[in-house]
Amino acid sequence: MLLIDDLHASIGDTEILSGLSLEVAAGEVHAVMGPNGSGKSTLAHVLAGRDPYQVTAGRVLYDGADLLAMTPEERAAAGVFLGFQHPVEIPGVANMYFLRTALNALRRARGLDEVGPVEFLAIAEEKRRLVEMDRMLMDRPVNDGFSGGEKKRNEILQMLLFEPRLAILDETDSGLDIDALRVVAAGVSSLRSPDTAAILITHHQRLLDHLVPDRVHVLAGGRIVRSGGPELAAELEAHGYAGFDTRCSRELPAPIGSGR
Amino acid sequence: MSTTRSDWAELAGREYAYGFVTDIDSDLAPKGLSEEVIRLISAKKDEPDWLLDWRLRAYRHWLTLSEPTWQNVAYGPIDYDDIIYYAAPKARVTPGSLEEVDPELRAMFDKLGISLSEQERLSGVAVDAVVDSVSVATTFQAKLAEAGVIFSSFSDAVRDHPDLIRAHLGSVVPYKDNFFATLNSAVFTDGSFCYVPKGVRCPMELSTYFRINAAGTGQFERTLIVAEDGAEVSYLEGCTAPMRDDNQLHAAVVELVAMEDARIKYSTVQNWYPGDAEGKGGIYNFVTKRGRCAGARSKISWTQVETGSAITWKYPGVVLQGDGSVGEFYSVALSANHQQADTGTKMIHIGKNTTSTIVSKAISAGHGQNTYRGLVKMLRSAQGARNHTRCDSLLIGPDCGAHTFPYIEVKHPSARVEHEATTSKVSDDQLFYARQRGIGEEEATSMIVNGFCREVFRELPMEFAVEAQRLLSVSLEGAVG
Amino acid sequence: MTLAARTVSAHPSEGLQLPLAGWPSDPDWLAVARRGAAAWVTANGFPSAKHEDWRYTRIDPALAIPFATDTDTGRRTATGGSWPDVSLRDLLGPGLGGIRLVVVDGHFAPELSDHGYLPSGARLDSLHDALAVAPHRLEPLWSWHSNGYPHALRALSDALATDGILIDLPTEAVVDDPIEIVLLTVPGRAPHWSHPRIVVLAGAGSKATVVETHLGVPGQPSVTNALTQVVVDDGAQVAHYVIQDENLDSFHFSSLDAHLGHSSRFSSRLLAVGGRIGRHEVHTVLHGENAEVELHGLFLTGSGQHHDNAILVDHAALGCRSHQIYKGVIDGDGHGVFNGHIVVRPGAVGTDAHQTNKNLLLSDRAEVDTRPRLEIFADDVACTHGAAVGQLDPDALFYLRSRGVPHQEARALLVSGFVQEVLDCFADGPIRQYAERLVAAHLEPIMSAGRRGTDSASDSDSDSARDVSASRSRGGTAK
Repeated sequence: MLLIDDLHASIGDTEILSGLSLEVAAGEVHAVMGPNGSGKSTLAHVLAGRDPYQVTAGRVLYDGADLLAMTPEERAAAGVFLGFQHPVEIPGVANMYFLRTALNALRRARGLDEVGPVEFLAIAEEKRRLVEMDRMLMDRPVNDGFSGGEKKRNEILQMLLFEPRLAILDETDSGLDIDALRVVAAGVSSLRSPDTAAILITHHQRLLDHLVPDRVHVLAGGRIVRSGGPELAAELEAHGYAGFDTRCSRELPAPIGSGR
Repeated sequence: MSTTRSDWAELAGREYAYGFVTDIDSDLAPKGLSEEVIRLISAKKDEPDWLLDWRLRAYRHWLTLSEPTWQNVAYGPIDYDDIIYYAAPKARVTPGSLEEVDPELRAMFDKLGISLSEQERLSGVAVDAVVDSVSVATTFQAKLAEAGVIFSSFSDAVRDHPDLIRAHLGSVVPYKDNFFATLNSAVFTDGSFCYVPKGVRCPMELSTYFRINAAGTGQFERTLIVAEDGAEVSYLEGCTAPMRDDNQLHAAVVELVAMEDARIKYSTVQNWYPGDAEGKGGIYNFVTKRGRCAGARSKISWTQVETGSAITWKYPGVVLQGDGSVGEFYSVALSANHQQADTGTKMIHIGKNTTSTIVSKAISAGHGQNTYRGLVKMLRSAQGARNHTRCDSLLIGPDCGAHTFPYIEVKHPSARVEHEATTSKVSDDQLFYARQRGIGEEEATSMIVNGFCREVFRELPMEFAVEAQRLLSVSLEGAVG
Repeated sequence: MTLAARTVSAHPSEGLQLPLAGWPSDPDWLAVARRGAAAWVTANGFPSAKHEDWRYTRIDPALAIPFATDTDTGRRTATGGSWPDVSLRDLLGPGLGGIRLVVVDGHFAPELSDHGYLPSGARLDSLHDALAVAPHRLEPLWSWHSNGYPHALRALSDALATDGILIDLPTEAVVDDPIEIVLLTVPGRAPHWSHPRIVVLAGAGSKATVVETHLGVPGQPSVTNALTQVVVDDGAQVAHYVIQDENLDSFHFSSLDAHLGHSSRFSSRLLAVGGRIGRHEVHTVLHGENAEVELHGLFLTGSGQHHDNAILVDHAALGCRSHQIYKGVIDGDGHGVFNGHIVVRPGAVGTDAHQTNKNLLLSDRAEVDTRPRLEIFADDVACTHGAAVGQLDPDALFYLRSRGVPHQEARALLVSGFVQEVLDCFADGPIRQYAERLVAAHLEPIMSAGRRGTDSASDSDSDSARDVSASRSRGGTAK
């Protein structure tokens, strides 16, 4: 489903991904782990089409198509979903309105009929219950004044709503309490099917206790330095990232998504 | 990765849906301005002598003034002798008789989405329809009269309620106020008058729809709203004009008077023709609007959504005279293509414990230039007065400009003034977030801009809020990659 | 022919005459510049309320005083070290411990100055001598306004300034100790204007701190029209301080112009406590990419005083940062003004510009006018400004008093807290100590005035009722 081949990406003059290769087949859940500054978030943003990152070499094929040639909204329409590490706040735009606009944009792009406001209410309510998010948050502006955990629930709610084929969750587990973690894990599990795939980008293996991945990769210095089965995560938990090439532990640019 | 800087510079023209001309025979005054023209206007309206005198005093004063130049807008010289100061659709029959409104005019308003037929109105909004220099129809007058509310064209009011007009005309904006207000005082042709008696809450929204149709004319209307003790009224105005290559001048005056405990809410959705993508044509919208909170605990609230006009230049203000009175100003001003706007408000605090709130949202796109200019003045008597001002500017594209010029003058130590302003471009993070969820760039921008304006839109009556959002989205079309 | 013959005291009604030929020792370019500047003043007149930037400040009272005297025709050679009634050395005090240069009535006074260590290649000179010895270093500074002056006072400096100080630092020169320049106006002569000029040329990568202290002896009016020009070359760092503490009869107009090169840093800190009318202009142009400017000001404006701060930050290059905080404490019938202006020119993307002005009104007759302005012509920017006017927070005051702090002390505490944010930006050491002493001395009468019952209106209802009726009987200024 996803083929990343020798991907090099940089921001300004700084190269962050240095020849990363990864293949994810339909039906699989992969975990990408690595120390801070190893390029995990960059990988997620490059796959979603974030602006300041420049791909200097390599290619990414999604169902055989050139993913890098697509606009962010085309990638979304094709089923690529990014769960943000720092979901941005959009003042004045009601969450409910945003979700419906996005859903209908996706449905239009996928050749489906748009969903009316009333019908949408029911769909949204169902997903909201699944992620156990406060009902009030549906009418508030997108992520505006949400706590960290509420923002992450809102990300998972969107993932369930938009039914992506490839979900990339960027540190969705960071800073979550055990209940929220369970919600995230349940959300990803419910999307698991022979036709879909997920990439879990994480620093800890905490999430992987709830959600056993098919493959685990260690990202360091902008490349995958080791791959293995679920047991690799346990090994990392026991020994940390020492011993891996962590030359990329340099300071990275400020995280995208923190708003101003 | 798909959006580059150069995309932003690619500014297509935007659609202006109201640019048509209706072919109506007009009764036109000769071009140019003179005492004769003013006498002609006054005679056509069969005005009393005192009003003619007032006009002539204004005219003579105007001759001593020169056009102001301090505003942050640029335009070529206006030839005041090349303007037709009176243009009236000929077919107008008797006022107050809706059935006899010329079908051509009725069709024109239908096309604008304004029904002049009372039966067809879905919601209870009374409309005064002003075409060029005259009011052609006012709906629901009978129903309003039952409540004691007077709502009529200005000309009719001069005829039917001369004492009220004489008492209040020029009481908030004197004829010497400024160059354009003085010009208006000399040549104003029509407009709306509204009087809400003591203790009456106006049973429906009132509105005036202004339409410029004839070529080569200026529109100089005057609106006067008086709310007596404890009265309450909500008033809206809308405006459109045909697409023409020449600039047309619109110099209106609006005066509001709120007595004790009265409330006036005045909303404007201004969509005059803004000119084409190259900046050719469009309306010069030079308007003086002011309210006087004359009585204690009175409240005047201005809400404006300014998306049209080649140049907008106006500062709807409130003179807070009554103790505990409240002034509000909520504004969205959009300058796209080559539009220029220099707009804001004046809050003059005189009474004790008066409060004012200013929320200004300015959006600049294309080559648009947008200036917020606002005065908050706390006089020596304004003990315990408060003001809070929030001015935010949003920039779309590298060639536009956003400017914020507040003036804060405080002469009482217990007065408290806070002013905050920000200027930034549409956040890349927000745009990317929306696009990652599948929303196209233009729609995402429009959504973010609408969100940015939410605080102001929610002050508008519901149906106007919807209209304002739609207008904003349409106006932004082509301004985004 | 002496200058005095052609420089006549000018009240506007009498017409203005300025020197047409300049001084015999002037190089040609300077004579031309002086003539041009004088002609500009004659043609354009002095700023009045009609000028947007002078909306709240009148200079008319100062115009009754002659612009120059015959002593200005040449450099005074002997100040004698003391004036009849006052020892200048006593007035100067101990100093900040580094180099100290003294300028009396606009003229460098070497006998009062203390030279210290300077890195090799650095030049520290009187402007008068520099004009004779190294005119090429100064010529460009007289043409900064070749397209027209912002107002007549700048032009007057070009026309009439003959002396002052030149600080010329070569590449990478670092001066650790502050260079202190004390500018004195002294009594004993007819009231007159002086036009001291300070030029700081900071070569690439150089570093210096310059402290201007403006002092005056009480007694008679004087007018200072000071101009400081700072060129901060690529990577250089200049910290500039102004302490303005002249007598209450004097008029003080100062302009500080700074041009910043690539990755350079400039800071300006102002403490204004003196003068009858004081106007401080700061005009910084960020020419080079990635330059940074910090502007902090504190003005304590008491009865009979008027302080105007006019700041222009001109972002003309990519990725520059500016940060301003100005605070005013206004008491008695004092009048404080803040005119802050940020311009972001087309193409100056990545600009980060912030401006804050906060004012505390301590008396019923105090006034403040604030006008923070943003003018932005580039899209990828983050600019903010904020302004606030208010009195001491009654809740905070009550809180302190309920904890047993006496009223007067509580006021003092809150005012000190208000001004501290600006003082904290002064460099640690003698400069900060000097500024804090001065602030404490000036807040003392403010606090005791509070004790005498001219307290802010909200403290007691009966007081406020009286205040309001009093202000109404004065007619207010309602239109």
